[in-house]
Amino acid sequence: MPEISRADVEHLSALAHIAMTDEELDKMTGELGVIVDSVKSVQEAAADEVPATSHPVELRNVFRRDEVGHVFTAEESLANAPDAQDGRFKVPAIMDGE
Amino acid sequence: MSQSTTDAAPLSFEAALETYEPVMGFEIHVELNTATKMFSSAPNAFGDDPNTNVNEVDLGMPGALPVLNGAAVESAIKLGLALNCQIASFCRFARKQYFYPDTPKNWQTSQYDEPIAFDGHLDVELDDGEVFRIEIERAHMEEDAGKLTHAGGTGRIQGSEYSLVDYNRAGVPLIEIVTKPITGAGARAPELARAYATAVRDIVKGLNISEARMERGNVRCDANVSLMPKGSATFGTRSETKNVNSLRAVEHAVHYEIRRHAGVLSAGGSVVQETRHWKEDSRTTSSGRPKSDADDYRYFPEPDLVPISVTADWVEQLRAQLPEPPAERRRRLREAWGFSEAEFRDVVAAGLIDQIEETVAHGAAPAAARKWWMGEISRLAKTRDADPAALDVQPATVVELNQLVEQGRINDKIARQVLEHHLAGEGAPSHIVTVRGLEVVSDDGALTAAVEKAMAENPDVVEKVQGGKLKAIGALIGPVMKETQGQADAAKVKEIVLEKLGMTP
Repeated sequence: MPEISRADVEHLSALAHIAMTDEELDKMTGELGVIVDSVKSVQEAAADEVPATSHPVELRNVFRRDEVGHVFTAEESLANAPDAQDGRFKVPAIMDGE
Repeated sequence: MSQSTTDAAPLSFEAALETYEPVMGFEIHVELNTATKMFSSAPNAFGDDPNTNVNEVDLGMPGALPVLNGAAVESAIKLGLALNCQIASFCRFARKQYFYPDTPKNWQTSQYDEPIAFDGHLDVELDDGEVFRIEIERAHMEEDAGKLTHAGGTGRIQGSEYSLVDYNRAGVPLIEIVTKPITGAGARAPELARAYATAVRDIVKGLNISEARMERGNVRCDANVSLMPKGSATFGTRSETKNVNSLRAVEHAVHYEIRRHAGVLSAGGSVVQETRHWKEDSRTTSSGRPKSDADDYRYFPEPDLVPISVTADWVEQLRAQLPEPPAERRRRLREAWGFSEAEFRDVVAAGLIDQIEETVAHGAAPAAARKWWMGEISRLAKTRDADPAALDVQPATVVELNQLVEQGRINDKIARQVLEHHLAGEGAPSHIVTVRGLEVVSDDGALTAAVEKAMAENPDVVEKVQGGKLKAIGALIGPVMKETQGQADAAKVKEIVLEKLGMTP
């Protein structure tokens, strides 16, 4: 039983802004299903009382002092910008975000 | 997409409250005043040239790694304590993923199911002393986004051709405070909204963890409003009015949304769950975007930041640093200043406690400080449609102005003009008085000398006056005016002449 449906992949591709053809969606549905199934084997090893692990190393509280360090000039900030105007990044108007 | 019923005319506030019970919820974002960003050592500063307060972390460059600002964590814990919250002994950051050019990483680093502070409350006092308890769901840490300017077309996003992005604000430390649904306020809901936002602003200011200037966006309030029929316990569909940027606007936005929802519901329509934009000029809201499937942020724990563990010792150490809570401070100041309950309440409602406290600290009597802030400065603020505290009037300026009046160098009427000139950028009050030649000669010494001179030079007039012709004094006023450059008070001149001649006025 595949854990990933074709609708899931369609939804993900929309969220990721990746256009996919029907063939690609079919192929990816199968491939993601295989990946999820194999990762699922972890559940066999981990008992219910084992919480999901996000940070395998037992490191806590890595803080930085609140002191100003290095900072870019406007030229450095915009060095890789495809387009810029008035010291700002120039991007296409995006209608659906806000 | 919008049905005709969603465009129904708003009901009057009174009519809305006859049928419905409002339910509110608030999300307040507080920008911290740390020296650096949440996850980078770039400066956290307002008003600099675009893209000059950023480094590779803020710009989301490949391979750049965030490191958490310890001072921001302490600010978050302090705020949590001031809001009577539990502090999480363990918490993590999470990635909130969306595509929008205000965040170059394509996710906002936030906290999801493990906020640093949770389950708190805040007792909020309305103008007449009634207290409501607001339950706090959580307060979590996150980062601010960059600032977009929509260019071309009208400057608003509708019709714009492109956007310009300044990332100076990206990564500025934020704490988002989320309330539980607030019920039972009824007709007082808009006032309560304002009082709650005020209380939060006062707390973060008192803790000195934020500049707390709403007009700069240091404190931003999103107001959720829904209505349910009176007697019902099932919440209606809510709207979320975003980024309401003044205390008065918070009150007005809730007031308007109650009326708008009531209009839609009474016409048999259903409220659309959506973001609304506050429009200050018309005091209304307009439709933003509906909530949709696109709000699928796929949060997961941030792998580039290690978890935070807060010990009880650390919490107690920070608790010991907390300043006097605003409510207790108010009680103390009211006693120290000797204001009546009503006078003090008006000061609180006007948001002028700090100004009056500072003015008193600069040497003014409490009553004089109150008179200036609640009187003339508030009046001038009203004509500018601003909060008096937001006007550029410093406590030291008020003290100076008050001294000018107390010393008799200017009168109240002139003082009002001086304040207007000061707000117009003409400088310190005494400077304005000198430059504009506003000083009145009520100084008895100078005036008496001028009167004596005029009397000595006009013995015939003096004789007539002594003979009972009081009207003859008029002939002395001219020379006195000349001597004082027209700034003598005629009535006062008459009084001095009669006094000199041993006659009663």
